[in-house]
Amino acid sequence: MLGKLTLSAIPYDVPILVGTFIGVAVIGIAVLAAVTYFKKWGYLWREWLTTVDHKKLAVMYIILGLVMLVRGFADAVMMRTQLALAYAGNPGYLPPHHYDQVFSAHGTIMIFFMAMVIMQALFNFVVPLQIGARDVAFPLINSISFYMTLVSAILINISLFIGEFSNVGWLGYPPVSELQFNPGVGVDYYIWSVQISGIGTLLTGMNFLTTIVKLRAPGMKWMQIPVFTWTTFFSCIMILTTFPVLTVSMALLALDRYLGMHFFTNDGGGSVMLYLNLIWSWGHPEVYILILPAFGVFSEIAATFSGKPLFGYASMVFATGVITILGSIVWVHHFFTMGAGADVNTFFGIMTMFIAVPTGVKIFNWLFTMYKGRVRFEGPMNWIVGFMITFSIGGMTGVMMAMPAADWVIHNSLFLVAHFHNVIIGGVFFGYVAGISYWFPKAFGFKLRDVWGKWAFRFWFVGFYLSFIPLYAVGLEGMTRRMNHYDNPNWHPWLLVACVGVFVLAAGVCCQVIQFVFGAIDAVTKKPDALDLTGDNWGSGRTLEWSIPSPVPHYNFARLPVIRGLDTFHIEKELGRPAPVGELEPIHMPKYSAVGPILGVFALVIGFALVWHIWWAVIVALLGAFVTVVHRSANLDVDFYVPVEEIRADEEAFAQRLAAAKAAE
Amino acid sequence: MSQNHMTSHEGESHGSYGSYVVGFVLAVVLTVASFAAVLSKAFSYWTTIAVLAVLAVVQVIVHLVFFLHMGTATAKKRMDLFVFLVTVAMVLILIAGYLFVLWDAQMNMMSR
Amino acid sequence: MSYDANHAPSAHHDEHEQHGTETTMFGFWVYLMTDCIIFGTLFAVFATLCHQFAGGPTGKELFDLKNVEIETAILLLSSITYGFALINAHAKKKGAVLVWLLLTFILGVSFVCLEISEFSELVAHGAGPDKSAFLSSFFALVGTHGLHVTIGLIWMVVLFFQVLGRQGLGSRMMTKLTCLSLFWHFLDIVWICVFSFVYLGSVV
Repeated sequence: MLGKLTLSAIPYDVPILVGTFIGVAVIGIAVLAAVTYFKKWGYLWREWLTTVDHKKLAVMYIILGLVMLVRGFADAVMMRTQLALAYAGNPGYLPPHHYDQVFSAHGTIMIFFMAMVIMQALFNFVVPLQIGARDVAFPLINSISFYMTLVSAILINISLFIGEFSNVGWLGYPPVSELQFNPGVGVDYYIWSVQISGIGTLLTGMNFLTTIVKLRAPGMKWMQIPVFTWTTFFSCIMILTTFPVLTVSMALLALDRYLGMHFFTNDGGGSVMLYLNLIWSWGHPEVYILILPAFGVFSEIAATFSGKPLFGYASMVFATGVITILGSIVWVHHFFTMGAGADVNTFFGIMTMFIAVPTGVKIFNWLFTMYKGRVRFEGPMNWIVGFMITFSIGGMTGVMMAMPAADWVIHNSLFLVAHFHNVIIGGVFFGYVAGISYWFPKAFGFKLRDVWGKWAFRFWFVGFYLSFIPLYAVGLEGMTRRMNHYDNPNWHPWLLVACVGVFVLAAGVCCQVIQFVFGAIDAVTKKPDALDLTGDNWGSGRTLEWSIPSPVPHYNFARLPVIRGLDTFHIEKELGRPAPVGELEPIHMPKYSAVGPILGVFALVIGFALVWHIWWAVIVALLGAFVTVVHRSANLDVDFYVPVEEIRADEEAFAQRLAAAKAAE
Repeated sequence: MSQNHMTSHEGESHGSYGSYVVGFVLAVVLTVASFAAVLSKAFSYWTTIAVLAVLAVVQVIVHLVFFLHMGTATAKKRMDLFVFLVTVAMVLILIAGYLFVLWDAQMNMMSR
Repeated sequence: MSYDANHAPSAHHDEHEQHGTETTMFGFWVYLMTDCIIFGTLFAVFATLCHQFAGGPTGKELFDLKNVEIETAILLLSSITYGFALINAHAKKKGAVLVWLLLTFILGVSFVCLEISEFSELVAHGAGPDKSAFLSSFFALVGTHGLHVTIGLIWMVVLFFQVLGRQGLGSRMMTKLTCLSLFWHFLDIVWICVFSFVYLGSVV
């Protein structure tokens, strides 16, 4: 009846997990009780859970991403403390089997459920506003994307308390991930949560590519698209060209495990190295999928806080395109040690080094944007300066590893771990945090307290170097990654420093939490200087999203903007904003829909049932999903008009706020 | 959602009985040629594979033009074509890349 | 919130659906291209594993080209029958649309039946997907195509009844029919590569 699922799957004999479960349960019950007490279930369902509004979905993505950041960060703290302790005969407090699950979960969560999720939040919030659209091309599919991401994140967290998680690293290399060596359900949890979140990401990529191609405001030419939207465009192209490869590699691994096939097994003619090629021809583009939007964020912020147009707009766009192409033909540099000959390694090594060229172009563009500008070091700008330093160092260690001969020495050592954290934290994470603080006032209509953002940055910046520079050192001294304990006395001091570093990072995370808490307090108490009345919170916004009120009305633009070139809003501020032309018209908008959450529930059931081999539940949930889709397809009542009176009222209120702000100056 | 005022796809080609029949006849001829190339055993191994590849590519193009109505006539069609070409490029990168890398590794490790 | 997106009166203006059509078609095309990469990857897997017989049977011993010829003929025919359905849909001839759809459906079902019988025969002869890497990749690739055809057939049934029902041949329905036509013709293109490289390529 319940497949492989029995009571013994619940790890009540592991104190860490029981403690975590109690903590999660207490917080969960508190949240549910609060919602019930304040009678907010109806509001939550009608306004949030069934929403198809890209701005609300963005907020939900952000919340999910930040929760998963804390979860993945807890794993990081466990690993660093374990390695500070587990030295010279001391086994530490994490047994190997548990430690293996911790580093696997850390990698999987940070990439799929933190970075990808916050990236999609930024896509959702920013892109339609920057191109002057009223929603994305497929609002309902956008909601489905979110629920696929959400339920896969839930599935991976269920593995904490029912069964186990994968213990073979974040990419699930065979042959250890094959049934023969891994008969438990850990790898299955990994496969299905990655697979479901992959569906969500693919739909997002399709949605935003279509949005950018088809829904730009009338007259916006290709070379007038803001840079963040350009980077989203290229990121979407990479999602669309590489996520299907991930889907196939996960599916084939599942076929090996579920039906005894021989794609990646050692016997039956399977090829382990085929899996590595498959997964990395997704995996390497994946890091560019993540970093390109971060580059876009930096480009927007550098221009805004330097009071100058972005230096080299066209070269920025072309550099992004070149990275997109080169990023697809470098995957072998992740396994130079596989035993291919010199010609393969040379080709992929040189291609990898080439990527440094367009990336260098970008770094210089940002520097020249700041050069002779009136640079204001507000919160978001701090992150970008930290980024340029940190990311350059990470990029250079990457070029070192691009040389196959050098890579043979440091492959899979902590040097590699230090390198990719250097680019992912210093590039992706700094970029996303900068993006959140940059667009936060636009989303909520009030500013966060800058001082806490700056402290968060300082702790993250210092903490990063304390945590990861030691890993470069121990990597060069020969320490391989994923070790549970060690005996080498030379490594121990370095790992103690790294452990201190992770707590400095924790201080940074605390500052970010405090920043949000104070922000919420300011919003509730309506602290006057926290409110964003003009919509142009930073005073020097250049792109269309700063021309409309904050928080943005649900229809985004009362009148579709007229594009006057690159940085339309900046031009309008220089030349004076023109009086609105023409009558307001009713705006055609999609209705909210419960299809997203319903499909999400079915997807969760399918994932969980596949993990535990509960076949009847898989079939029932598939049928349910089918009925839901057909029912939606027969539903003709899917859209409505926003009445002119409502739009006019919003517009008049905004005009009054603008006038008041002008008078205050 | 609602702002694509300037786009209209009236008059977009969706084929006629004639064009479908032409495409069908071409497809049948090419299919028969493929089967004949193999069953007749007229060519050596690699020649046959090359003939099959050429015929397949031609037939794919026939299907694209006559059944999927691809072309370069309008901006919309060119965008569709661009997306298609990106896809084909990616597929070729994958197939050529895997064969190159894995063949080279097998030769180098003498596992074949 | 000053509006209620759940209970507002709905918009019934065809013009908006007109605007949406081009966007929907493009989005669906983009989705199809991701499907194309799924198949491309499966072809790449097949190409790397097609000589890994592990002592089991080879394609030359297993494949029955007669069967493949019939399957190919069926799919090609179903392509133009679907094309005719679409032409009639543009001409707003509901009855003819339904007849051609039905014909396409019958052809599609017979294709799937042939493929299932081929697969079960292989498994019965001990040449199942767990026999060797070659057979794993063969079953995965051809099976994925068959699965797509099956999904296309289910979709066709749904559209058949929707055309019959109150959606008729309105602009939203036309979008759906055109999307399915892209899907259906796309599967033919995949099949061209399947019979050329998988079946004929193995028999050479």
